[in-house]
Amino acid sequence: MKISKLKKKMGLIGTLVLLLAGVTGFCMAGELDVFAGEKGVLRISGGTAHIPVMKAVAQKIMTFNPEIQITIAGGGSGAGIKQVGEGLVDIGNSGRSATETEVTKYGLKMYKWAIDGVAAVTHPKNPVKALSTRQLQDIFSGKILSWKEVGGEDKSINVYTRDTASGTRSVFWEKALKESDITSKANVVVSNGAMKTAVNNDPYSIGYVSVGFIDEGVSPLTLDGIAPTMDAVKSGQYQVARGLFSNTKGEATGLAKKLIDYLLGPDGQAMAVEKGFIPVN
Amino acid sequence: MDVKKIPKFIFLGASLLSVGITLAILGFMVVLAYPIFSQGMFWDMLIQPWSPGQGLFGIGPMIVGTMSIALLAVGVSFPLCCGVACFVGVLHPRGKGKMLKGLVESMTAIPTVIYGFVGIFLLVPLVRGLFSQGSGMCILSAGMMLGVLISPTMILFFSQSFSLVPLGYLNAADALGATTAQKFFYIILPCAWKSMVSGLILSFGRAMGDTLIALMISGNAVGFPGSILDSARTLTAHIGLIIAADFDSIEFKTLFVCGICLYAMTGIGVILVRLLAGKGRG
Repeated sequence: MKISKLKKKMGLIGTLVLLLAGVTGFCMAGELDVFAGEKGVLRISGGTAHIPVMKAVAQKIMTFNPEIQITIAGGGSGAGIKQVGEGLVDIGNSGRSATETEVTKYGLKMYKWAIDGVAAVTHPKNPVKALSTRQLQDIFSGKILSWKEVGGEDKSINVYTRDTASGTRSVFWEKALKESDITSKANVVVSNGAMKTAVNNDPYSIGYVSVGFIDEGVSPLTLDGIAPTMDAVKSGQYQVARGLFSNTKGEATGLAKKLIDYLLGPDGQAMAVEKGFIPVN
Repeated sequence: MDVKKIPKFIFLGASLLSVGITLAILGFMVVLAYPIFSQGMFWDMLIQPWSPGQGLFGIGPMIVGTMSIALLAVGVSFPLCCGVACFVGVLHPRGKGKMLKGLVESMTAIPTVIYGFVGIFLLVPLVRGLFSQGSGMCILSAGMMLGVLISPTMILFFSQSFSLVPLGYLNAADALGATTAQKFFYIILPCAWKSMVSGLILSFGRAMGDTLIALMISGNAVGFPGSILDSARTLTAHIGLIIAADFDSIEFKTLFVCGICLYAMTGIGVILVRLLAGKGRG
């Protein structure tokens, strides 16, 4: 079905190219057209789970129209909301919906463009592949200290967590740990990417990342018998999930609006799927 | 106006300005941390743990973390730097020594993030493997990496102060048949001691003020560290981690207290070392 759709699209593009080739000499059909003739800098910061999709989208737009410059920074959801609210960036990404105070204080407008799960992860060589919520809580709160107690090697567990600006942290804490404590001995890293590196480097680690970041470098844990796959997140079976938002101060305008529209369009949604997220449209 | 006075005014202005800015920064932090002082939270903060969820905003663990990492860094690099500086400044002022000095000078140009990377991918796994306890992200790793970071400052300062020892003293020692070691301990060290202290202060300040290396490899745990193999958070990394979250919470205001603490710690350190050095000479 997808292929036939693609073929149809290609056919359409082909016809358009043939039609217009003589007139314009250059043509690229599709959703990127709205960026033609635009110019300027678009600053994006915030949620680190968003970065792979943001990068892909930015690259497409900037290749289509080199006059547009898009900068993407991390910082975490809290930073994204704060910075867009203070007018430091044009789009502030967050992996959680902004709180009511944040929305009223800054006059934020939220655009949700994907759904993402958050999964507990371990080193691929760790034999422990499944945990119950209770075990997960005990590990993160520091009650269970050795992998042996959950069926692994007799090695102490190194817990990794994120800083307080992290939307991934707030979702994981609320929905996977059910708001139980995180030990003060936990190592703190500052992005989804840094978490992946840390867990991948440490054979006795446990941490959590956005499902979009899972690859062969880290091994996702089945929680209460449900594996954090895209399908399980989509069907609602795996409940540690959240929306990925792009926020603007007031209604999105100009380039920011075009980028968000593009994200919500078929191209952007396809890119979100490709990076391991669930599309909203 | 006398033209000759112009440079004098410019220099006076420049020094007043830099002193003024230093004091203004302290004033700025005190003003912004005022809500904390007025609520009487300050002394509690110095000893309590950090647990915003329970209303505890203590920075005690970070003070301990900062001090232990910075002291370890200085402790690790001091003997090494003494040796290198001696090699460069005393044993081989030309040839091999000059090459080594050039190398050390180029070390100052390496950005700290590079040290951070090397730390994460080389030092952290090594420390984890060696002690088979903890994650390897700990005070020891961060201290050793910071030791490398501050070593160029120390080496250059030390070798500079070694080479300032009057040649006549050294010649006299040679004439008396002193060995190199005797020359070093009886002539060079006593003569160069004072300016070595400045180098020590500068590098200690640098180790305490560095954010990135600590943020990347010390682990950033908020608990009180129990050993050098424990994960710890420095004041600078703490500021970096919290500042991203929001602008007007209590957490944010406590950051200025962190700033004041850092300021006070370096200040007290400088004064103490200066006093000690003064006594040592007197």
